[in-house]
Amino acid sequence: MEGTAADYAASIAGVSPLLDLELAELEDWSCCGASAAHSLSHRLSYELPARNLGLAKKAGLDVVVPCALCFNRLKAAEKEAEKETGQTPLDKKIWDLLDFLTQPSFLQTLAKKVRRPLKGLKAVGYYGCLASRPPAITDKLDYENPQNMEKLLTVLQAEPLDWSYKTDCCGAGLTLARPDLVDTLVRRLYDRALAAGAECFVVSCQMCQANLDMSQERISKQAGKKYYLPVFYFTELMGLAMGHTDTAKWLSRHLVDPRPLLQKRGLL
Amino acid sequence: MNIPQMQPLMPATHLASRLAETTAISVSACYQCKKCSAGCPLTFAMDLLPDQVIRLALLGQMERLLGSRTIWVCASCVTCTTRCPNGIDIAGVMDWLKEEALKQKAAVDQPEVATAHRFFLESIRKAGGRLSEMALMQRFLIYKLRRQPNLKELLDNAKLGLALFKRRRLRLGRPPVIKGKGEIQSIFQRAGV
Repeated sequence: MEGTAADYAASIAGVSPLLDLELAELEDWSCCGASAAHSLSHRLSYELPARNLGLAKKAGLDVVVPCALCFNRLKAAEKEAEKETGQTPLDKKIWDLLDFLTQPSFLQTLAKKVRRPLKGLKAVGYYGCLASRPPAITDKLDYENPQNMEKLLTVLQAEPLDWSYKTDCCGAGLTLARPDLVDTLVRRLYDRALAAGAECFVVSCQMCQANLDMSQERISKQAGKKYYLPVFYFTELMGLAMGHTDTAKWLSRHLVDPRPLLQKRGLL
Repeated sequence: MNIPQMQPLMPATHLASRLAETTAISVSACYQCKKCSAGCPLTFAMDLLPDQVIRLALLGQMERLLGSRTIWVCASCVTCTTRCPNGIDIAGVMDWLKEEALKQKAAVDQPEVATAHRFFLESIRKAGGRLSEMALMQRFLIYKLRRQPNLKELLDNAKLGLALFKRRRLRLGRPPVIKGKGEIQSIFQRAGV
């Protein structure tokens, strides 16, 4: 959020006041260790997020998490603490940001505030892995076929398309060490999205965004064909539809420039 | 047809029982439906399928597992665990085997993956709680180039770095130092990482 996902952070900060939502950053948060921690040390993979859990308890508010990995590890730490102590460590709820912002009340507010309907924008929702799986940790019910991104896109009057790869893996944990494996996984996602008739992805995880966005040029070269599939954060599309003036600025930070597509659809 | 040579295995129970003790995962619940392997997106890069890992764990084939490629190319997407009809946390078994491989100083099949994870954690520890993406990428690139100098990869990385920088998506300075820096150090110390 402070680095490669600066565009995600800016769009979250941009749209929340439009939904009469006030978000406060969890003070003094630290990194949960992500896949590196649970791969190398079981203990570390619980103790790092447990620290954030402690901070959240002090803050006394619901925890809304924009990063799928952070969400997953926080929930894992919560479950572990429940197992150890027999009681819940937090009397508030841990949300993943997409779930939080697609609660019926927010969708109703949003519907009233759509000033620029995203008509004609054909998109596939891509949820990735860790916001959904494993359900024993995430407490999700529709983990194989989540629907809230599609619900959101419908409210924004875009055209969400059905496809079978919405929770397939982009290989985030291997990005650094085995980009070749990531390329295979991501190319599969491009091809399946195109087969579904999509012209863009909508994501809720900055690792998914990074993998789909940053490797598009490289994969195009390998494949010998030009892929053009912009990768939007769902919050960016909310901002676009509500007419947030910074939207173009957020979008200018993507490597695959979404502006030509939006211009073509008359949305920018 | 190429028929693989079958070697008799000497089953041993120590692996399964240690796994059950430390993680409460019971590999003996597996009835070999292979649903884990059917849904795994990374089988194309594996030397053992996920169901074979579970089978070999049940048979106590520690050495074969600790030296396998599969445990390191597993992307931890947790599809296998999610779909196992017998509630076996297969992704958890992969994690346990990785940690065990390092503890036992086994020959790691994918040193790049293990190193990337280690650098990631060291970066958090060094910066006192938050990750410096820039420092991590640089350090890993140097490590990779030392192992196998590759000019194209260096140029591609430089190009990507520049593109991100131009779009203000790379923070060059250190991450902010948090108040809980001391806590982070003790967490790492306790975990022995």
